[in-house]
Amino acid sequence: MKRTLSVLVENRPGVLTRVAGLFSRRGYNIDSLAVGRTENPTISRMTIVVDGDEQIIEQVCKQLNKLIDVIKLSDITDDPHVGRELMLIKVNADPAVRGEIMQIVDIFRARIVDIARNSLIIEATGDADKIDALENSLRPFGIREVVRTGKIAMLRGAKTKGMEASGDGTGD
Amino acid sequence: MGQETKVRTGARAVMEVLQAEGVELVFGYPGGAVLPLYHELAQTSIHHILVRQEQNAVHAASGYARTSGRTGVCFATSGPGATNLVTGIATAYMDSVPVVIFTGQVPTSMVGSDAFQETDITGITIPITKHNYLVKDVEELPRIVKEAFYIASTGRPGPVLVDIPKDVALAPCQAPIPEKVELRGYKPTYHGHPGQLRALARLLKESRRPLLFAGGGVIASGAEGYLQELAEKIQAPVATSLTGLGAFPEDTPLSLGMVGLHGKPCANHAVMECDLLVGLGVRFDDRVTGAIEKFAPRARIAHVDIDPAEIGKNVRVDLPLVGDISCVLKELLALVEPAEHPEWLERIKILRNNYPLTYGRGGEVRPQWVIERLGEMTRGRAIIATDVGQHQMWAALFYGYTEPRTFISSCGLGTMGYGLPAAIGAALARPDRQVWLITGDGSLQMSMAELGTAIEQGISLKVLLFNNQSLAMVRQLQHFYYEGRYTAIKFTGNPDFVRLAECYGATGLRIAKQEEVVPALARAMQEDGITLIECLISEEEMVYPMVLNGAALNEMLLPE
Repeated sequence: MKRTLSVLVENRPGVLTRVAGLFSRRGYNIDSLAVGRTENPTISRMTIVVDGDEQIIEQVCKQLNKLIDVIKLSDITDDPHVGRELMLIKVNADPAVRGEIMQIVDIFRARIVDIARNSLIIEATGDADKIDALENSLRPFGIREVVRTGKIAMLRGAKTKGMEASGDGTGD
Repeated sequence: MGQETKVRTGARAVMEVLQAEGVELVFGYPGGAVLPLYHELAQTSIHHILVRQEQNAVHAASGYARTSGRTGVCFATSGPGATNLVTGIATAYMDSVPVVIFTGQVPTSMVGSDAFQETDITGITIPITKHNYLVKDVEELPRIVKEAFYIASTGRPGPVLVDIPKDVALAPCQAPIPEKVELRGYKPTYHGHPGQLRALARLLKESRRPLLFAGGGVIASGAEGYLQELAEKIQAPVATSLTGLGAFPEDTPLSLGMVGLHGKPCANHAVMECDLLVGLGVRFDDRVTGAIEKFAPRARIAHVDIDPAEIGKNVRVDLPLVGDISCVLKELLALVEPAEHPEWLERIKILRNNYPLTYGRGGEVRPQWVIERLGEMTRGRAIIATDVGQHQMWAALFYGYTEPRTFISSCGLGTMGYGLPAAIGAALARPDRQVWLITGDGSLQMSMAELGTAIEQGISLKVLLFNNQSLAMVRQLQHFYYEGRYTAIKFTGNPDFVRLAECYGATGLRIAKQEEVVPALARAMQEDGITLIECLISEEEMVYPMVLNGAALNEMLLPE
């Protein structure tokens, strides 16, 4: 079962090490982890996709909450949210197949951001399903390299998961 | 020179916070990178205890903290000084002991360059500290040190490490000591959730065979009075974990003693027969539960702990309740009605009679018997520090603790060598109390050099050393699990411990016969200073009861 955790952390050196170390130390599986600063420069947000059964997810959340640098944690999997990933994909593209590739790129509303003699770099954003589908569609042409950011997510509507939201950060 | 001393350096600011926190003692070992702290420490009234190895500085600070209920403090230098601390920090972490550790670090300009005596001690200690800091800006130092004390001593206590590069300690510091600690990511829950409290009161009311199971959290939160009140009000028996020894007086009828793989038989049976188990400040360690799927099969389990992550971690919990044990028990006492459980207490009485705690076979002097005599002679009121091994379990089973903060032992990590430095810390914390170290020849030799520290400090300390010239707990494991192929457990080069004590200027006594036990204990009780009693015992002694791997708590091996 994959869960999406939205975690506000202090924007300080070493915080990523603490979070990543906790996952490896306790044997939890990180699917993806994306981190960047928020509207408040002293706070970063991590969007962590983690795989595990209910008991493991509960422990992950509780253990994360114990980190002093973790300010607030929400499991937003079941809340309506916009989830996006960014992918850069370098694909073989002889002049003969470029048209076909460009059609696929259009269908997925992706963009071509670099072009070389025999290859293209395509930029795509979307949820994981869409990104996977694009990658699969391009596979027959020969994929040279894929770079993915991991998921970032935001709640739909006016609700936020920021500091002003209710909750005291202890997660219980 | 006179001009320079007026500059308030980072190191000076650290001392100001230590003094504001009421720190009286610092355990430590100096070295190049930490000298700025020592330079300023010398200007304060804080007493420094120079140990013989850094690990023992943490152990001593931990013994001090457990005995006094205050935060222990230690200093060490960078590199090897810092890495030597690691076992001590892990020991304190596993038993939730509040300790603040200061390490010197190479100057910031050299951090990351593999400089002489540089190690990444904050990186190394992330998994074994509650929190740690590498201080890069001297203006943050007063706040960080204050936070370190706050984090170490509140919520679920634990060690906090502050790593201070030499140039930061020497830099001028203007920042004042903040009045309050503001940590947006750290807000422990102290009060129980009212709905969960009512639910627990209801479970207690419905229960016919309730069992209270008290751990180190009861002692950490000073909840022993409330625990006793609750147990008496609802007439529920109380068992403890190893860290919980002393949380409930063992000389009272409702006390069952320790639960676990070497727990008391009636306590283990009670766990298996109760219909409600209320865990208070415990973490259901694997040495407590035995085979987890067979643990407390008839019971609903309520678990009260200040650390939400402990609840539901090891055992299924029917009623979780996050909070400080003192707060929760106080709130709970207002909700529960007095109750009687005559049938259950009768059953407990039968269990107690049918399954007494016995020794089994052994040599001329029985260590269990010696500890029982010590318990009688000190009326269960001495502070007992232990090391790790068979003697630790005998000390847990046969002494009879009556007060909290009197059993000082490495319970979670099981660190051999903990005992002597911890006992030194305990003796410094409570000079008014008799402090005994119960140890073995294996453990003592891991930190024996601290006898010099003990002598230097002029403390009064009694050491009861059970010498079987072997690692008999390992022997016991090899007996049960490795076909009795005894490997790497014999010491043939042990010193003469009586003479060893004497060469440190301590008193050494030897017990080889049963009739020598009581006179030797009595003499040690009279003596000031350090008295070491070497008690010769058989390596064939076993710790009973013993629950073998995969067995339930009531499937104990008992002596024939």
